[in-house]
Amino acid sequence: MRNLLSAASRKWASLVLLFLITHPTFAQPSFPINGVADPRTGTYAFTHATIVKDGQATLSDATLLISEGKIIAVDNHTTIPKGAVVVDCSGKYIYPSFIDIYSDYGIPIPERQRGGFDYRAPAQFNSNTKGAYGWNQAIKPETNGSKIFSVDDSKAKPLRDIGFGSVLTHQKDGIARGTGVFVSLADDKENLVVIKEKASAHYSFSKGTSTQSYPSSLMGVIALLRQTYLDAQWYKSKPNKEGVNISLQSWLENQNLPQIFEANDKWNDLRADRIGKEFGVQYIIKAGGNEYQRIEDIAATKDAYILSLNYPLAMDLEDPNDARFVSLAVMKHWELAPTNPASFEKAGIPFCLTTADLKDPKQFIPNLRKAFDYGLSEARAFDALTKTPATLLGVYDKVGSLDPGKLANFLITNGPIFNEKTVILQNWVQGKKYGVNEEEWNNIKGTYSLTLNTTSGPTTYTLNVKSANSASLISKDTLTSKFNYDGKMVKMSFSPTTVKKSIPHDSTAHAPSEKRKPGSDTKTGPYILLSGVANGSTWSGTGEDTLGNPLTWVANFVKAAAPAIDSEKKKMVLTLGKVLYPFSGYGWEELPKQETILIKNATVWTNEQEGRLANTDVLVKNGKIAQIGKNLSEPSAKTIDGTGKSLTAGIIDEHSHIAAASINEGGQSVTSEVRIADNLNPEDPNIYRQLAGGVTSSHILHGSANTIGGQTQLIKLRWGQDDEGIKFKNWDPFIKFALGENVKRTTSQNNNRFPDTRMGVDQVLVDAFTRAKDYENEWAKAEANNKKKGAKRMVVRRDLELDALVEILNKKRFITCHSYVQSEITDLIRVADRFGFKVNTFTHILEGYKVADKMKEHGSSASTFSDWWAYKMEVQDAIAYNATIMQKVGLNVCINSDDAEQARRLNQEAAKSVKYGGMSEEDAWKMVTLNPAKALHVSDRVGSIKVGKDADLVLWSDNPLSIYAKPLVTMVDGTIYFDTQKDLDHRKYISEERNRLVQKMLSEKKSGGPTRPASPSFQILLGCGDHERHNGLITLELNDDNLIEK
Amino acid sequence: MKNITTLFTAICITLISFAQDDVYPTQPYNGKLYITNGTVHVGNGQVIENATIEVNNGKIIQVGQNIAIDQNHSKLIDAKGKQVYPGLILAETNLGLQEIANGVRGSNDYQELGDLNPNIRSIVAYNTDSKIIGTLRANGILLASVTPQGGSISGSSSVVQTDAWNWEDAAYKVDGAIHLNMPSFINIPNRFAMYFGLPQDPSDPVKQALEKVDQLKSFFRQANAYLEEPTHQQTNLKFEAVRGLFDKKQKLFVHANQVKQMLVAIDFVKEFGFDVVIVGGSESFLIADLLKQNHIAVILEQMHELPATVDDDFDQPYKTPSQLQKAGVLFAINDSHEESRFRNLMFEAGTAAAYGLTKEEALEAITLNAAKVLGIDDRTGSIEVGKDANIIISEGDILDMRSSIISNAIIQGREVSLQNKQTQLYERYMHKYGLK
Repeated sequence: MRNLLSAASRKWASLVLLFLITHPTFAQPSFPINGVADPRTGTYAFTHATIVKDGQATLSDATLLISEGKIIAVDNHTTIPKGAVVVDCSGKYIYPSFIDIYSDYGIPIPERQRGGFDYRAPAQFNSNTKGAYGWNQAIKPETNGSKIFSVDDSKAKPLRDIGFGSVLTHQKDGIARGTGVFVSLADDKENLVVIKEKASAHYSFSKGTSTQSYPSSLMGVIALLRQTYLDAQWYKSKPNKEGVNISLQSWLENQNLPQIFEANDKWNDLRADRIGKEFGVQYIIKAGGNEYQRIEDIAATKDAYILSLNYPLAMDLEDPNDARFVSLAVMKHWELAPTNPASFEKAGIPFCLTTADLKDPKQFIPNLRKAFDYGLSEARAFDALTKTPATLLGVYDKVGSLDPGKLANFLITNGPIFNEKTVILQNWVQGKKYGVNEEEWNNIKGTYSLTLNTTSGPTTYTLNVKSANSASLISKDTLTSKFNYDGKMVKMSFSPTTVKKSIPHDSTAHAPSEKRKPGSDTKTGPYILLSGVANGSTWSGTGEDTLGNPLTWVANFVKAAAPAIDSEKKKMVLTLGKVLYPFSGYGWEELPKQETILIKNATVWTNEQEGRLANTDVLVKNGKIAQIGKNLSEPSAKTIDGTGKSLTAGIIDEHSHIAAASINEGGQSVTSEVRIADNLNPEDPNIYRQLAGGVTSSHILHGSANTIGGQTQLIKLRWGQDDEGIKFKNWDPFIKFALGENVKRTTSQNNNRFPDTRMGVDQVLVDAFTRAKDYENEWAKAEANNKKKGAKRMVVRRDLELDALVEILNKKRFITCHSYVQSEITDLIRVADRFGFKVNTFTHILEGYKVADKMKEHGSSASTFSDWWAYKMEVQDAIAYNATIMQKVGLNVCINSDDAEQARRLNQEAAKSVKYGGMSEEDAWKMVTLNPAKALHVSDRVGSIKVGKDADLVLWSDNPLSIYAKPLVTMVDGTIYFDTQKDLDHRKYISEERNRLVQKMLSEKKSGGPTRPASPSFQILLGCGDHERHNGLITLELNDDNLIEK
Repeated sequence: MKNITTLFTAICITLISFAQDDVYPTQPYNGKLYITNGTVHVGNGQVIENATIEVNNGKIIQVGQNIAIDQNHSKLIDAKGKQVYPGLILAETNLGLQEIANGVRGSNDYQELGDLNPNIRSIVAYNTDSKIIGTLRANGILLASVTPQGGSISGSSSVVQTDAWNWEDAAYKVDGAIHLNMPSFINIPNRFAMYFGLPQDPSDPVKQALEKVDQLKSFFRQANAYLEEPTHQQTNLKFEAVRGLFDKKQKLFVHANQVKQMLVAIDFVKEFGFDVVIVGGSESFLIADLLKQNHIAVILEQMHELPATVDDDFDQPYKTPSQLQKAGVLFAINDSHEESRFRNLMFEAGTAAAYGLTKEEALEAITLNAAKVLGIDDRTGSIEVGKDANIIISEGDILDMRSSIISNAIIQGREVSLQNKQTQLYERYMHKYGLK
């Protein structure tokens, strides 16, 4: 375009240029000067360079003109004004410098509490922050990066050295972290370095240094963020009762800025995105590096991402016993992590790159090159480091390309920026030069004639310079020499004689200028020491000869070294494993599909009036049970022989804690605002293991850390689907309540959280529902008022906690309540009576047999353990006959697991009621299928074998209540997620793939690659808070409420 | 008078129903006892149909078919259609030491302070009035090895019979094993550190474990030297407590799950010549042949367990017994489930039978093998002549829930009560609701 400009307009352009340069702003800065003023324009012209203006335009033999820290011109024909320092950049490349959008450069890291975290410490209910801020210590939108930023050249230099010129920096602490400040990496006053004072607003799922109890879980964090969005809206109405709330005020102010969310994991990315979508915010998401495992889900968010290049190192797996503990998923992630940026590019997802998470910024460029090897294009990487972050932050008018008017932030390199051999020579920030590898500016490689002028006359040697740090000296022989060139100064030392004898170990006779390892070389002698200045092709200086006599020396350039022939870079052949769904050894390359299936000649446990049907066929079509009968045929169907086997409805576990990232929000006694659905983990290996135990649906409950816990989620075990895909669609929402020892924190030595007794539990319930009623009335009043013309608008604060309780009052949400002893069971029934709702299900309910009549009258279901007891005080009277008695009294009774292992054997748990109390086999079986379906209001779709119901079926090798029975096939919605053949295939795959990757890590180690010690992969098992198991080797069974201050 | 008797009986029954403390240990019985017509599972793999067992003075004196019955002064139990088994043995438990697991510190007597406690003896704290014992007896568990926990050396375990007035009464074999907890060779990540983004413990678990092993070996070396002295100026109770290990009168029970832990245990056998038993043994299937070669037995602490690693076969814990069986390793199956409180021992074995053992092998793992491991197989563990009459009778297959219903239990020849707190609460509330 520029080339097409007419001569006239060029002239005009030059005039403008001159004007710009000669008429800088004359305003004096406010800072007083101690000494004499030294104003400079800093006008430079970089000529004859290859200038890459941005990802699109590259100019060759062009000039970059800068002044006053800004770019004045970039083109092929600029008239270089007088007063400009000309820098000849022949053979050099100039690029806009990089931008790091996710930094905490120059921002203090807040101090954590000393002495570590003590979960037994008393709870902290309010924020410790002093001032008129909000109630939660982790919500601090008022933090203003520009107010706490200070220039720190020790941190800036390493970033400049790898090409960065500006960063967005913020305090990485808390859930709402306040605003980020966009700064250059210049070593100057903060006032001049800050480019944009408030450039972004930051969020995360981590409460950081907050010592406040709430939130104690991921779902609590999500609820807190959602509530804060609502509170901020409400705060706009200036509610009297709230007074001044600087946090909410700042939150509102920050909304106009780019919103950056640190999610750090593929599922968390989606969780963050959902919060954003709910409140109309498009986040820029800081990714975790595992997004390639669900790249389609990530692409669907339409968010922009920030990627770090922090790949895991290979582990040292030489010891097979160590290797055994490293999961295939961890090994596969090691192999595939460098594909992450490329998979973003391929999926067309906008992204930036950051140095965040790297232990040392020096890893950045090598890791970026690795990303190229794994498919990332250089052009896309360049954009990700320049234009994309600048555009996202709204600072593309200042940085991100080389255009007039922008900051003079640029790099001078000796070759194309991403080439392996290219080095950055200089990094200019705001018009100021920072040397990086200046010694490489001139190509000094070549032959020089070195003359030493000593008292005994001149001696000439040939100096062969190989690099800035290496040269050899030749007289008759090649002499041992040390050489160093830093771009200006030259230092050299060598021994002119060749002495072939070993050095005595403690020889100090000759006091050589350097410490030598004894016996490390054989050619040595006294040293000649030289030091001087390099001036173009002539170097000269002074020195001492071997006897310490002074000398002078001159070296003249003779000829350049032949350019090293770049050995053609071997095109890396990548042999990479495939991504599995879920990302686990038991995952699928291709998700199993719904099939038409005909099970022939099985004993069918219908759970309906027909009872057990011998030698019967069942046809499954479109995910539903299509036909039940004898001699069915369907040519298109996959036929499974059921002879001698039992076909049943899939097991439904009424009380489970699998498949979630957190289970307990124990920060408060009432947390009805939290939702298990917000933090589902569809990759929990226990999903697969339970399919292998015949489970098809699980009710994922909040734990028992508090009286009113969180909203639950019913899932189907669709192994391989994402967190949305495993949800049981269109079900009545439930919520978890809990009573007794856990909610009163019995195991804590110093509980300060109300309640501490069952008397208090009663009042927590009464108070919560009283508040909910009042809240409902307030809304009704406001709505009626706001319909009236001319009435002053009433604004009621929307409260997510009370919303859920109002749903209970209105029979739109249903309770499953953890309960043990008869007093508390009766009390909850009476509280429910008083407020006009029903307790849908009592879970655990180990003393249910004592008040079964009251539960029957109230209309509750019971979901209990078969034979657990005596693991704490409140279960001393638990009996294995509980289910039988409750069933005989007429309750709808379920047997549940509350335990990832026991869930694999719920058929056996049900069978125990045959032993204890003589329940019939069919009734016992219903306790793990039809009865939980009824308790969960989904018996119209699952729980029995009936035409039209979901094809959630299990084919058993034996009577399903027998201890010898094993599931052979488990299907959900007519899709087979487990069968014995598929399981064998998984085992074979795991064994082969593990072996391949162990070998690959070993060869990485042998070839000298960096490794880390083998670190065992562990499984986290979340529990209700009732029990802990410890026999597994590396299983972490932890109750989330251990994580809160009790 | 009849009415009064009826009333009195009714009151008695009511009392019994209300207070489980009225479940009495049975008085010793020295007469003859016959169990007839049952299917006898001997415990060593053998099954005898329609068999008779003759017991005299607490000992089995005949087992087989066509045994004449002495009608004088004898008891007779007709086991027609029923299954007869040796009493089940719980090989490792805190029964009687921990009554209420959580939140009630006063009920806990299973873990002493200190690291090297070979002199700690579980038997002296064993509470025969624990309400849990009765629920085990009712399921056919007649013997249990009561074990202290904690520290590197926890102390000695003793085998008790489950129908006793006090611990001296209960003692079946005292101080038979010293328990050593092998340190872990892997770091378990700290969840709090993870949650709060703090650095993990950087220490090297292998180095730490080896240091601990060194300390333990040093203890035994010094104990050995001390015990070789005929007299001592100062008596060392801890050294005295391990004398039985060197005399082979006691076994060393090494609690270990990881391969490396078990390899160190094998090394203990080689250096000190102890009789070593592995307790735990999650990974024993990986070194079954080594265990066999070194004559190391295993107590599989808990069958109903999740696989140790994410990539392990989902049924690995269930099939470990069959892998040990194939390799010829002596092993017992245990139940250490803290919430059902050890009463599912036979179902742990049943699962092993579902995953590769024969039913009789599975039975052996909770009877004769357990007796061998505990060093009491000369007295119990199978229904063989000369052994104590520790026998149970079940309505059907004891390994399967639906038929594992005990009708009689006999300890040392006396038929013991199957009543317990749970059966009594059951009766009490069936009564409340007028149910049958």
